[in-house]
Amino acid sequence: MISLRGLTKQYGSTRAVDDLTFDVQPGQVTGFLGPNGAGKSTTMRLMLGLERPTAGTVTIQGRPYVDIRRPLFHVGALLDAKAFHTDRTAFHHLRCLALSNHIPTSRVHDVLDQVGLSDVAGRRAGTFSLGMSQRLGIAAALLGDPPILLFDEPVNGLDAEGIYWIRTLLRQLASEGRTVFISSHLMSEMALTADHLIVVGRGRLIADTDVDSFIRTSQLGKVIVRSPHLQRLAAVLTNAGAQCTTDPHTPNTATVTGLTDTEVGDLAAAHHLTIHGLAVEDASLEAAFMALTQDSVEFRAEPAILARSAS
Amino acid sequence: MTHVAVAIHGDDGDVGDRDFDGPVFVDVARSELAKLFTVRATYLSLAAAVFLIIAAAIGLCEAYVRHVAQLSLTQLEFNPTSYSLSGVLVAQLVIGVLGILVITSEHATGLIRSTFAAVPQRRTVLAAKATVFGLVTLIVSEAAAFTAFGIGQAILAGNHTGTTLAAPGVLRAVAGSGLYLALLGLLALAIGVIVRHSAGAVAVLFAILLVLPAMTEGLPDSLQETVNPYLPAYAGQAMFRTSESGHLLQPWQGLALFTAYTAAALVVAAITIGHRDT
Repeated sequence: MISLRGLTKQYGSTRAVDDLTFDVQPGQVTGFLGPNGAGKSTTMRLMLGLERPTAGTVTIQGRPYVDIRRPLFHVGALLDAKAFHTDRTAFHHLRCLALSNHIPTSRVHDVLDQVGLSDVAGRRAGTFSLGMSQRLGIAAALLGDPPILLFDEPVNGLDAEGIYWIRTLLRQLASEGRTVFISSHLMSEMALTADHLIVVGRGRLIADTDVDSFIRTSQLGKVIVRSPHLQRLAAVLTNAGAQCTTDPHTPNTATVTGLTDTEVGDLAAAHHLTIHGLAVEDASLEAAFMALTQDSVEFRAEPAILARSAS
Repeated sequence: MTHVAVAIHGDDGDVGDRDFDGPVFVDVARSELAKLFTVRATYLSLAAAVFLIIAAAIGLCEAYVRHVAQLSLTQLEFNPTSYSLSGVLVAQLVIGVLGILVITSEHATGLIRSTFAAVPQRRTVLAAKATVFGLVTLIVSEAAAFTAFGIGQAILAGNHTGTTLAAPGVLRAVAGSGLYLALLGLLALAIGVIVRHSAGAVAVLFAILLVLPAMTEGLPDSLQETVNPYLPAYAGQAMFRTSESGHLLQPWQGLALFTAYTAAALVVAAITIGHRDT
């Protein structure tokens, strides 16, 4: 478990991390979500003892990171995919890290296999694409087979297959009981990968919640339901606290807010009402995120400027 | 790259001993040695340093032998030992830059964060880097210095102006030039740790080695003679240079002072490396 208590980091007059308190639990993927500049990377550097907090503490299994001997066995981290000497081969990059923690060279081959880089292990890392660099960074994090993994924007630069690969990897690592903490500025990606969300904006904690309730509490989650018994279904859903709106252009279809797709399906089944279609409107996730963070976005185009450029 | 399968905790071979309790320094030193010899800059720089030392010995000694008749050097001004070691004054720039890059290249790429995340004991990292780089440059520099001396004396033997290691002070001068380069490499490493940027660190190093001695040229002679021996470059070079420019410290005093400068720089580096955000 990773525990933050009042963690604060100030650079001059800028407060990058502002009084963050939360725990990252094992056995699930925790998404660390926030707009660019929200302090996510700074928080991760603080977790790894790379920077000193202005105030507050962050501990790994109850102790500060800098007190851990041979930390690769305890925490694996990917901060920056391009953090390698461009002239060193992928194999030697990993071997140098492994040696520093008394990890055998055979393990370097294992992790290269695991991330699918065995065939290019002898190539200089500077020739790697961003996707391959991400895989190399993930291999480095896995070297010590650690129970805690921290990945900063691991999906950046990956193609569709790479994204699927990392999503599968993260889910599996969590299912093995590990603590998996990943940052992202993409709500839609986190909705697919994470079980739990820590949302930050301008360095402050905005939400610490599971993904489903994040969407529900935002009241912006939309479920599209299609049913031949729409009148009766709408009544059931409204009774359960949802708002249903219908559109004359799309008969038998209602837009439901305030309930998840699972809840809508369960309620329909409980009342023996047929459903022909049930869908979550993807935009709602982004909308929930936008609604929560709209006051905390650091860099925002002014509407006037947008209007001018549109004309 | 369709490898989607993921190994389950602990079933994919040997991860190593999680509870291994040996000294961290030994592991980090092995890691730093591997780092040093897995980039081309190391091989290129060391080869360049060796080449410069030997080539200067051949060139200067050959020139002396050929043109000795035209030269008006007195026996006092010609020193066969320093003729065969003058390449050190050029090679020092190469060794210095390599010493700086040992640390600043990690800052430039962000690798330093991986290094410190793997070994949060930052002073152990510095100690390992300094030990490994110091020993490697010492071995290479000594080998180059003795080779250059041997070749230089073989050339000078042609007109019987050579000397031998058995002559007074000669062994000290040859061994001392290698030692000077190793200490200079450590001084450069310390500057790299403190400054963190390659270009800035190189500027500081060159200022100490080249600009500082040039600046004292502007001083009145008496003041210049007082100050010069204590400049880092002149103190270190007292081990192997003849004092054609007049005033240098005694060789062992010079070595002691240059070692003290290097040690002081490493202490400052050890203090700053532990405190700063990366």
